[in-house]
Parts: sequence; structure tokens; C-alpha cells
Amino acid sequence: MIITITNIKRVGSDELTSVTIENGVIKGWNLPEDGEVIDGHGGTVAPALIELHAHLREPGQTQKEDLASGLAAAAAGGYGTVVCMPNTSPVIDDPAIVRSLLEKAGTLGQARLKPAAALTRGQQGEALAELTYLKNAGAVMFTDDGRTNENARVLRLGLETAASLGMVVSVHAEDASLRADGVMNEGAVSEALGVPGNPAAAEAARVARDIEIVAGLAAQGRPVRLHVQHLSTARALDLVRDAKKRGLGVTCEVCPHHLTLTDEALRAFDAVYKVAPPLRTQADADHLLEGLRDGSVDCLATDHAPHTRAEKERDLLDAPSGIAYIELAFPLMYTRFGESLGLEKIVELLTAAPARVMGWPEPTLDTGAPADLVVFDLDTQREVKPTEFKSKAKFTPWAGETLKGWPVLTVVDGKVAYRRE
Amino acid sequence: MTAAATSARPRHLLDFQDWSPERLTAILDNADTMLQVLDRPVKKVPALQGLTICTAFFENSTRTRTSFELAARRMSADVMTFAAGASSVSKGESLRDTIEVLTQYKVDAYIVRHHASGAAHLVHQYSGKPVINAGDGRRAHPTQALLDAYTVRQEYGSLEGKTVAILGDVRHSRVARSNAELLPKLGAKVILCGPATLLPADLGALPGVTLTTDPVQAVRGAHAVMALRLQQERMTGGYLGSLQEYADTYQVNEALMGHAESGAIVLHPGPMNRDVEISAEAADGPRSRILKQVENGQAIRMSVLYHLLVGRD
Ligand SMILES: [Zn+2]
Repeated sequence: MIITITNIKRVGSDELTSVTIENGVIKGWNLPEDGEVIDGHGGTVAPALIELHAHLREPGQTQKEDLASGLAAAAAGGYGTVVCMPNTSPVIDDPAIVRSLLEKAGTLGQARLKPAAALTRGQQGEALAELTYLKNAGAVMFTDDGRTNENARVLRLGLETAASLGMVVSVHAEDASLRADGVMNEGAVSEALGVPGNPAAAEAARVARDIEIVAGLAAQGRPVRLHVQHLSTARALDLVRDAKKRGLGVTCEVCPHHLTLTDEALRAFDAVYKVAPPLRTQADADHLLEGLRDGSVDCLATDHAPHTRAEKERDLLDAPSGIAYIELAFPLMYTRFGESLGLEKIVELLTAAPARVMGWPEPTLDTGAPADLVVFDLDTQREVKPTEFKSKAKFTPWAGETLKGWPVLTVVDGKVAYRRE
Repeated sequence: MTAAATSARPRHLLDFQDWSPERLTAILDNADTMLQVLDRPVKKVPALQGLTICTAFFENSTRTRTSFELAARRMSADVMTFAAGASSVSKGESLRDTIEVLTQYKVDAYIVRHHASGAAHLVHQYSGKPVINAGDGRRAHPTQALLDAYTVRQEYGSLEGKTVAILGDVRHSRVARSNAELLPKLGAKVILCGPATLLPADLGALPGVTLTTDPVQAVRGAHAVMALRLQQERMTGGYLGSLQEYADTYQVNEALMGHAESGAIVLHPGPMNRDVEISAEAADGPRSRILKQVENGQAIRMSVLYHLLVGRD
């Protein structure tokens, strides 16, 4: 199978060119047109994006999302690879579930699935899952995301085991006892609204604990790899920055919603803004953005967390946490931060950066590289219309906003996974 | 009875954010008229005839519901009671679904109580009808604050320059939050007081509000002292050493009232734990206006209903 995409520019270049793809590999640039010809309309081409943190809700919660809708949404967002979280029903702690998910995803022709598996049985935090079997079945990461690894000893054992398998453990860093019943950032807004608050210290305290576990193991000559998910506070980022200076195996991700929204949004009591960890203050958002600039934040991830509309229409206490916006992540980042961060940096944070966190080869567009790529229309302003989402979750904080930088073509493994009509 | 001529009158009472001092004063003024109605042999006026008001109580409160329902009936409204305990809400039906179904019964206004802050806002949003917040989570209980303000005004003729001290579990209190929002709009100062664990520092950011953990400092110069209900669970929640320890320190009693203004009155939103947050003497003594609050509550609720549903701009 051969495809030629014409009229495109490589990131960082103004020159129009074309790329030819054969059997899932980039055959070359500016070759004579061959096979199916797709007009890129002057769009900008980059390696397909990599998502390290998406909730695809399969198995068991497919009223919220399933592999077909979630991976189609990912492809529409320009993603070629998606790591899905294991807090499903049942939990992905069984090699058979990993295998069946991979088999099903392989038939869909959408974004590529890379399942994360639970670190502990049932994500209960008390006993390790069969990490070796899970890796052999195809799991790429271990995490109890959605839960918070209260048992530090079990986390430590998990980090050691994962490291021996060459794997990363990612953590939802929040001290559950400090968070208590908090459903939004604790501060002036939560107190004025009378909504139970979740203090910034709940995140920082847990990050500090986990870093010391990593440091303790490193001091014994046992380096491990800890990845802190969806970092939301300035203080926790400072702790990670410091850990990196100490040479520890600690990485972290930040979500676009924590960069673009603050707890002020909760004043409408709309549960669409309820996320875990919660939206923080402008000072936190500014600090996280600075972390993206100076490299102390390793990569971006969306924490795509679909729910049904009915669930999100409950009150703030009862509604579940999460925003599902894998389709908007790039346009949102490019529209808001294209000027300040630059296109190349944003692309890197969504491609090479997550690959480095995982220890995967960095994606490139060079001849001979795997043909995973995305073409963005960087100029056309479009309104965000949730009804057009491929995701089953048809609500978003950015509905009605005008964004630019929309993906128009996503190619995964040399095949078209998404094409904007 | 006359409604004050005001512009852009809100058609809901969720909290006091959209409410001007003039409009709030009009509600208090109207309550004077409603009290006169309650003194008549026939305690009923036709103001709300033909309107259907739904009390949607997702959280139990017989007292508050009775007060609202009586207020509505005395204005000749039809009252429909929706108690969530026996409904599909407990089976996970969304708030929106519930309200949309109720709206099909041609409800003209809602009186809402809910365990989650902001739920009354959502009912207003989903129904498009006037909503009176009868208490949502820790957020607001505006008619309680209005009746508190009214009771203080009854005593002193005005709220201007008066100080109201509120003692107890401020953190979990919608009554404290609503009073902290309302009283400064009417010219009064609010002092919130309680153990540090029950006194969120960020509440001090509200205009006209100061915080203290010292009860004597709180009541010094106060014209009214309000005790908030203290719940047993605060001990198991780790907020307190013991109820006795709390009572020894923060109880509103004669000794503490000795530090207040000489004619200062005692308030309590009820129901009371006598001899915990308030001594029996203070609750039942000559300074107490606690039963007066109950009577004023009905007049205030009639006034609010009238203002929202009948009053013309
Ligand atoms: Zn998480």
C-alpha cells in the first residue's frame, strides 16, 4: 500500500513538499507521486502525537467510551499512539484483558493502543499484580491511576519490580487523607462557594514521599523509574525539579486543562470543570507553563476522562471527575501557547517527550521511519462543537470557543486513521 | 403590600451575589407587612393564587420545609412536595432529569434544599424557573440569613454600624456563609469565630468579614451573637478534641455574653444542642430571640416569595 501526501510543510520549514509512504514506512520526501495521492492543502506535518494518559473505559464502562470511539477520537486529535489507563471494570490487572484489548484495537484502524496495566491487584494497592505476565502480554506501563497508592511499601516493591522489567510506574500523586472529601482546589474560591477543598499540599506531600522512595532505592544502587501524572501545583513541580537535579529517575506530565483553566471556573458550579487533581490557581498554571519551558515538565498528557452527560449533570459532590478532550489538545495548546512556547516545542511535548518518558525511540519523519504522522491546519479558526466529537463524551469546557491548529489528517502505520472532511 | 420599584430584579434567590442592598432592604420592609398578615384572624392573602410551588428537598429538613410550605400556603399558592429520599434520585438519576420531570408538572417556582453546594444554581439552570435556595451544601441558606438580619434590624431599627458575631462550626455552615455575604451589604460587620479547624482562613477575604479563634474578642462590641449548631461527627472527623472541650471554650452563655454590648441579643438557626454550643440559660433567657427568628422566618419567606413571583419592576 502506497500513499503520497502532497502540499505539506515539515514543522520548522516553509517549503512545500510531499511525502511518500509504503508498507507503513516513510519511503521518502519529494518523490514522484505514487499510489493514493492526498492533498495536504499547505498543512504542517509532524510525527503523530503520543498520549501517555487516556481513559478509554473498556472493559466495563463502555457507556462512557470504548476502544472504537476513544481511538477514533485520538486519531481525530492527531494522536497515533495512546496509552490507556487500567482503572476499568474489571481493572486491567489480568494478562488476558491486555491481550484482548490489543487484539480488538488492532482491527479498528484508528490510533494505536498501548495498554497500561494495574500496578497492584484490582488497583487495591495492597498486593502487586503479575507484572511480568502483564508486560509479556503487551502492557507498556504500570499504574494504579484513579487511586493513590496509599501503601508506600507496596509502591516501593512495585517500582523495584517494574524497573527490573525496564518499565515505568506512573502515579496519581495525591495524599488521600489530606485530600479528604475535597472536590475542588482548596482556597478562596472553594471557601466562598462552600465546596469542600482539596489542598495543594495533598499533591506536594505525596510527590515528596514518592521522590524519597526513589531516592532511597537509588542510594542502594537500585535505580527505578517514577512518572508523576497530571501534576497540578507549583510546589509539587518544584519538588520534581529538585529530584531531577539530584539525578533521580523521576519524570512528570502536565495536562492542558491545568494550564488553561483555574478554580475560578467552578463558580458556575458546573461539574464539567470537576477534575482530579482539581483546577488550581493562575499562579499554579503560570508555574506549570514555566516548567514546560525550562524542561522540568517532561511532557503533556490529556488525562482524557470521558463520562456520560447525565453523570456530569449531577451536582459537584456526586458528579465524577474528568474532562474528555483528546480531540482538542493540540488546537488548544497551539491557540493558547503557540506564540509563547512555539510550534516546535508544543509538537515535541506531544511526540518525542512522551516517547523519552517511556524509553521508546523518538519519533521522526526521516526516510525509513515508521509512517505515523499528522497534518495540522495551523491557520483556519474553527469553533469547538462537542456534537462533532468522535468521543462518546459530548461536553467540554471549551465548547463554542474558536481554536486553530486542527488536525486534518492522521496516518498510523502507513494507513489513514483520520481525515477531516 | 407594595413592592419597591427596582430594576433588573432577579427571579431567583440562590445567594446574594446579584442582590443590591436596595432590593434586600425591600424584602425586609415587606416582611413587616407579612408579620401583620400573620397577626390577623384569617392568615391568608390571595397573592400567589393559581401558582404551583414545588419544595424539592434532596436533604431532609422538616422545619425549613414546613416554614416554606406554610409561607406559600398563606399566600394561597398550591404546594407540591418532592422528597428525594423516596425517589429515583437515590438510584442515580441526574439532578437535571429530576428537575425536567418536575417541570412537566407545570411548577412555577422551586424551593430547593440539597447536600451539595451549587445544586440550587443547577436547578435554576435546568428548570428556567425561579428558585429559592433553602440550603445547599455549605454554600448558602439565604432566607435564614435574611431572617437573621431581619431579627437584628427589629431590635435596633437598622443594621448600619452593627456587629454580628457568629460562633461555631463556620467551616461547614451555609448559615455563616450567607450571613457573611448579606450583613455587610446591609452595613453590618460580621465576626466569624470558632476553633481553627472549623474556621477556614480564606473566608476572611470576604468584605466586611473578620475571623478570630478567640470567643471573647469575637463578641466584644457585638450587638448580636449567633451560635451555630455543632455536630457530633466533627469529633470523629478529627476537627475537635471533644464536645466538652468545645463547649468550655466556645459556648454562647451568660459569661461570654457579658463581653458583648449591654443589650446584645442571642440568635441560633436551630435546631439547638442545649449546653453544647449554647447554654440553656442563654437559649431561654431574656436576650434570646431564637423563637422570634422562627416567626420572622415565615414572614421573610412570604416576602421573598412575593418579591420573586408577584412583585413588578
Ligand atoms: Zn489520575
